[in-house]
Amino acid sequence: MKSFIEKCCEQCWHSAETPCEQFIACCVDGPLCHKDEKCQEKFKQLNSVLKYSEHDIPLIFIGMGTCGLASGADKVKKAIEEELSKNNLKAKIIPTGCIGYCAKEPIVDIKLPGKDRISYCEIFPKDVHELIKTTLIDGNVYKKKLLGTYGKGTDSIPNINEIPFFKRQLKVVLENCGVINPTSIDEYISAGGFKALDKSLRLLTPETVIRTVKESGLRGRGGAGFLTGLKWELAYKKESDTKYIICNADEGDPGAFMDRSVLESDPFRVIEGMIIGAYAIGASYGYIYCRAEYPLAIERLQNAIDKCKEYGLLGKNILNSDFDFELKIKKGAGAFVCGEETALIASIEGKRGMPRPRPPYPVEAGLWGKPTVINNVETFANIPPIINRGQEWFSSIGTKSSKGTKVFALSGKVVNGGLVEVPMGITLREVVFDIGGGIPNDKKFKAIQIGGPSGGCLPESVLDTEVDYESLKEVGAMMGSGGFVVMDEDTCMVDVAKFFLTFIQNESCGKCVPCREGTKRMLEIIERIPVRYGNNGNKIEQLQRFKGIIHLQRLADVIKDTSLCGLGQSAPNPVLSGLRYFREEYEEHLFERKCKAKVCKELLTYEIDPELCNGCAVCLRNCSADAIIGEKKQPHQIIQIKCTKCGMCFESCRFEAVKVY
Amino acid sequence: MHNHIIQKYPKNDRSNLIALLQDIQEIYGYLPEEAIKDISEHLNIPVSSVYGVATFYNQFRLTPLGKNVIRVCRGTACHVKNSANLLLALETELGITAGKTTRDKLFTLETVACIGACSIAPVININDEYYGRITVKEIPKIINKYRREATVKSKQEQTESVE
Repeated sequence: MKSFIEKCCEQCWHSAETPCEQFIACCVDGPLCHKDEKCQEKFKQLNSVLKYSEHDIPLIFIGMGTCGLASGADKVKKAIEEELSKNNLKAKIIPTGCIGYCAKEPIVDIKLPGKDRISYCEIFPKDVHELIKTTLIDGNVYKKKLLGTYGKGTDSIPNINEIPFFKRQLKVVLENCGVINPTSIDEYISAGGFKALDKSLRLLTPETVIRTVKESGLRGRGGAGFLTGLKWELAYKKESDTKYIICNADEGDPGAFMDRSVLESDPFRVIEGMIIGAYAIGASYGYIYCRAEYPLAIERLQNAIDKCKEYGLLGKNILNSDFDFELKIKKGAGAFVCGEETALIASIEGKRGMPRPRPPYPVEAGLWGKPTVINNVETFANIPPIINRGQEWFSSIGTKSSKGTKVFALSGKVVNGGLVEVPMGITLREVVFDIGGGIPNDKKFKAIQIGGPSGGCLPESVLDTEVDYESLKEVGAMMGSGGFVVMDEDTCMVDVAKFFLTFIQNESCGKCVPCREGTKRMLEIIERIPVRYGNNGNKIEQLQRFKGIIHLQRLADVIKDTSLCGLGQSAPNPVLSGLRYFREEYEEHLFERKCKAKVCKELLTYEIDPELCNGCAVCLRNCSADAIIGEKKQPHQIIQIKCTKCGMCFESCRFEAVKVY
Repeated sequence: MHNHIIQKYPKNDRSNLIALLQDIQEIYGYLPEEAIKDISEHLNIPVSSVYGVATFYNQFRLTPLGKNVIRVCRGTACHVKNSANLLLALETELGITAGKTTRDKLFTLETVACIGACSIAPVININDEYYGRITVKEIPKIINKYRREATVKSKQEQTESVE
C-alpha cells in the first residue's frame, strides 16, 4: 500500500464512485469493516511512513513556499541533489511549505533514521557541502546554522518551539505549515486531516455544525470581523434551490501574505473547511477566488482539488452522505477592490469588479442572485480544529470579544520577519519585540502599521494594546487582513500616508464619488506638504497648501461616512491615524520644512564634504541633472539650484562624502 | 492562433470572460484587438464590455511586452525599505518610466502592489526570478546581465541564419 486510495485487500470498496462513509476513520485506524491483521499492519505501516516516524534512508525537508523560493530554495535543492549524487548517498528530498520564519529562509530540515528531525536555517548553496558532510556522512549536528529540533530539546540543541520566535506563538491554523508535504493528501489525512469533515458528515447535522461554529465565537479573519456562525446561519435559513460558498483568497493588502502561505503550505485544510461550510449551509457549488499573482498557491490548490476528487472528498455523494459539492478556482486579475465581497461576486460573474450597495447582503442575494457565503482563507482554515476539538476549546483562547488565534505577517524593519500565529489578546509589544526580536541596526522603533491601506500607524505609546478586533479599532487601526509592518526612525509618516493614498487612489474602482474624487484630493493635499518652496516662493501655492491641510480632516470624515464600500470607508485611516499620533511630524514638514527621517527628497539638501571627497567623479557621472562640478582628484561640489534631489550621488558615493541635511 | 482556446469555453457564458482573457494573454503576452473581437463574438457580449473588463483589471495589457519583464514590488514592507529609490534607479538605468517598454523591446518595467515576499524586502522580480534584499547599487549589474544575455542570443541567431 502506497496511498490510502489503494485498497488494502479485496474487501475494501471505497472509491469516488462507490464512497464508503468510514473511509477517513479507516485511513487512521486500519480497516474498520473487516478484521484482518495483515490489513491492519498495512495501514499502520503506511501511517508511520507518512508521519516520517519510520524510514530507512535520511529525509531532507526543504521549505519551498514563495518566500523560500525567493531566497533561493530551489538552488539549494539542486545543490543538495548534486552533493548527494557526488557522495553516492541515498536520501529522500521532500518539499514542504513555509514554517513561517521567513527571515531565516532557506530552511532545510534533516531527519536521520531513528533520530529527531532537526531544522537548519539560512542554508545557501555554499553551505550544502558542509551540511551534508556533517549530518549525513558524520551523523553529527551542523551547529553553525542550527535552528532547533522537533524532538526533545537539550542545552545545545533547543526544541524548535522553545526558540524566541516560536515560543510565544500558538499554532492552530499553521500547525501543518512547513511540516507536511502540501501536495500529498495522504500526509494530510495521516496528520489528522479530514477528521472534522468525517465527523460533520457522519455525526453532526448542519444545525449542530452552525451552532458549534457560532458558539466558538469565530469571527471573519478577512478584517471586518463578522461572526462566521451567524453568517452561516443566515445563509442556512434562506431557502433556495442553489447556494454558493466562496473562499476569498484575493489577498491584495500590500504587506500581507498569510493567506498565500496557508494556501501554499496546507491547501487541504482550507478545502476541508469549505466542504464543512458548504454542508452546513447547504451549498452545492463553491469557488476559491485567488489572486493571479500567487501562481504557486493556485497550482497547489488545483492539485489539492484534483486529489480530493480522486479520493471521493469532492464531487457527488461525498463519503456516502448524499451531500454533493463541486469546487472550482477562479483566478483574480489584479484588482484590490475585488477583496470586497460584492465586487468579488461581480468578478466571478465575469464583470468589472465593482461593489454594489448592501443590503441585500450576499447571504440573501449573492452570486447570480443566490444566497452566498464568503469567508476568508484563514476563517475556513480555523473550521476543522473547531469541529475536532469543540467550541469550548476555541472560545477558551483569546479575549472576551475575539476568540482564537490570528496569523500576522510581520515584516518591515524587524529582526525576525515572518508569519506568526498568536492568541488574541497578546500585546503589540510582545509581537514586535518578543517574537519579532525588535528593530535591527540599533534604530529606534517609530510605528507599526496594522491592517494595510485600511488600517493605521500606531506609535510606541499604544504598544501595550491587546490584539483584538475592538481594541485595535479604538486606537485607530484595524485588524484588516493582518499585515504588521514595523517602521523605524528612518520612515517618514507623511511619506507613508502618501504611499497608502497613492495605492488607494490607484485601486479605487471609480464607482462612487467620495472615494474616486475624495482620495484624489486628499492625495493632492498630502503631496503638497513635502514640495519645495522654490526660491521665488509662489505665495498662492503656499496658501493652497495651508488651505488643504485645514480641510484634510473634514474631507477624511466625509469620505469615511459616504463611500460605498469598505475600500473608501477605510481609505482615510492611514492619514487620520498619522494626524492623531504623528502630528508634530506633519507640522515639522510644514513649518520647519524638514523631514527628520530624510525621506521627503524635496526638503533635503545634499552637500559634499570636501574633507572626505577624493574626487573620484562617480557622483559626477551619475548625476542626471549635471549639478555636480569638480576637477578630477579634487573635492567636488553640488550646485544647489540645479540639484533635483534624486539622491543618486548619495547612493553611489563609496566614501560617504555626500551628506544629507 | 487563439481560436482553439476560445473554443474550449462554452458559448454565451459570460462568467468565463476573465479566465478567457487570461488564457489569451498567456499566449500573446498582451490582448490583441483581434482576440478581443473574437471573444466578444464567442461569448455574445459587446466588444465594449470585453474592453471594459480588460481595462479594469491591472493584469491585462493592451500593448506587447518586452523580452524581460521587471516587476518592482511596491508593497508596504518594500516601501519602508526604500523600494521607491529602486524604482527610480531602474527608471534612470532603462530610460523609461514604470509601465513602459524600452525601445529595443528588451525590458518592460512594471510595478506590482505586493509580491508577498515581504520578509526579503525590497524585492524585484525579473521574468520568473526573484531578487531579494537588493540595493540601488546592484541595479546596473543585474540589468547588464540581461543585456549581455540578449546580445549573446542575437549573435547566435545571426550566425545561425548565416549558416
